[in-house]
Amino acid sequence: MTIDTSGYSCPEPVIMTKKALRDKPDSLSVIVDNVASRENVTRFARATGYSVSETKDGGKWILLLTR
Amino acid sequence: MKITGTRSVLAAAGIVTGFAAFILALAGNPGNMGFCIACFLRDIAGSLSLHGSETVQYMRPEIIGIILGSFVISLLTGEFSPRSGSSPLLRFLIGMCVSIGALVFLGCPLRMVLRLSAGDANAIAGLAGFILGIAAGCFVLNQGFSLGPARETNRLEGSGISFVAVLFLLLLVLAPSLLKFSTSGPGSMRAPVILSLAMGLVVGAFAQRSRLCFAGGVRDLFLLRDSTLITGFIAVFVSSLVFNIASGSFHFGFENQPIAHTDQLFNLLGMFIVGFGSVLLGGCPLRQLVLAGQGSSDSAVTVLGLIIGGAVAHNFNLASSTAGATAGGKAASVIIIVFLAFISFTVIAAKRRNEK
Repeated sequence: MTIDTSGYSCPEPVIMTKKALRDKPDSLSVIVDNVASRENVTRFARATGYSVSETKDGGKWILLLTR
Repeated sequence: MKITGTRSVLAAAGIVTGFAAFILALAGNPGNMGFCIACFLRDIAGSLSLHGSETVQYMRPEIIGIILGSFVISLLTGEFSPRSGSSPLLRFLIGMCVSIGALVFLGCPLRMVLRLSAGDANAIAGLAGFILGIAAGCFVLNQGFSLGPARETNRLEGSGISFVAVLFLLLLVLAPSLLKFSTSGPGSMRAPVILSLAMGLVVGAFAQRSRLCFAGGVRDLFLLRDSTLITGFIAVFVSSLVFNIASGSFHFGFENQPIAHTDQLFNLLGMFIVGFGSVLLGGCPLRQLVLAGQGSSDSAVTVLGLIIGGAVAHNFNLASSTAGATAGGKAASVIIIVFLAFISFTVIAAKRRNEK
């Protein structure tokens, strides 16, 4: 599953991530387009037990959250 | 508490902000008002003749510095990102509401922390209102409230507010006769221009790097059980408290506090508006200045709303004085709370209809 948070500023990307993680999927891709959201989503994912790997895609980052 | 990189940057930003506020109050700014974003934007409104209260007119260099500090540091780090289009009119109106709420209380969230750290017990009612307002904001965020996404825009649009800040600085230095300057009252109390500007630049740069936000700290605690961002809030409080105690400026009590009133219900309701509005906007007034500097023209529009809100608060006698909240300010507080609730639920209802 992928969610695209482009254009949204914090805390909305984190809330979107939180909602997507509610059913505890094994993995989730989150597209973020600003550094603050990248940090916040990463921190939130780690705090909820996911590990995060990121790839840069132009001005965006794709954060792969896995359990 | 785990000390991460983010947390230590926030702590540093908080300590720097507390120190800058202490120095500025010592160097001439009003008591417990080294910084107050809402009050200073209101002073700028007065300086530009947007309101007629002669005691609160000055082109505050701290504001110019914060915007430009964020602008420069975000250019250097590559974080400058021109964005626009996330409900600018609603942001403008909510910005106006936040400004009026702050002027009913007599301070933005940053000044609330500075007042608390100097022993002003009236700010406790403000803090209670602020926390309740943030809780209300978190409730509507959880219900799906959103002002919508912003889109990339051109660099001129993204840096417009920074050019305005430079223009304000040029007016202040080269053409002060075009501006109004208070000769008495809080607007006449000011640190030297160069010091105010320097402290603004430093705080703007640190706030940009750390994402320091007073509303965000409490919001993240409620919404995400994440205490990272509140580190900045606590660091400002603790550092400012230490400076105040060390210099003998700490005076606990309700009466005779500098630029404060003892009308506790409206201290609470004023800051309720600020907390609620700040969560809807995604950040407190300080954070709006910083985001505006790093390219968000939605935040720039919010800053304009804060300025016009300050002008309205004084033109219509809504702003409190040391004597207490005004009848107009009390009525406005209630109307604004209803208005913010109306915006929230209208946006949520529209979003739910669209999702069906």
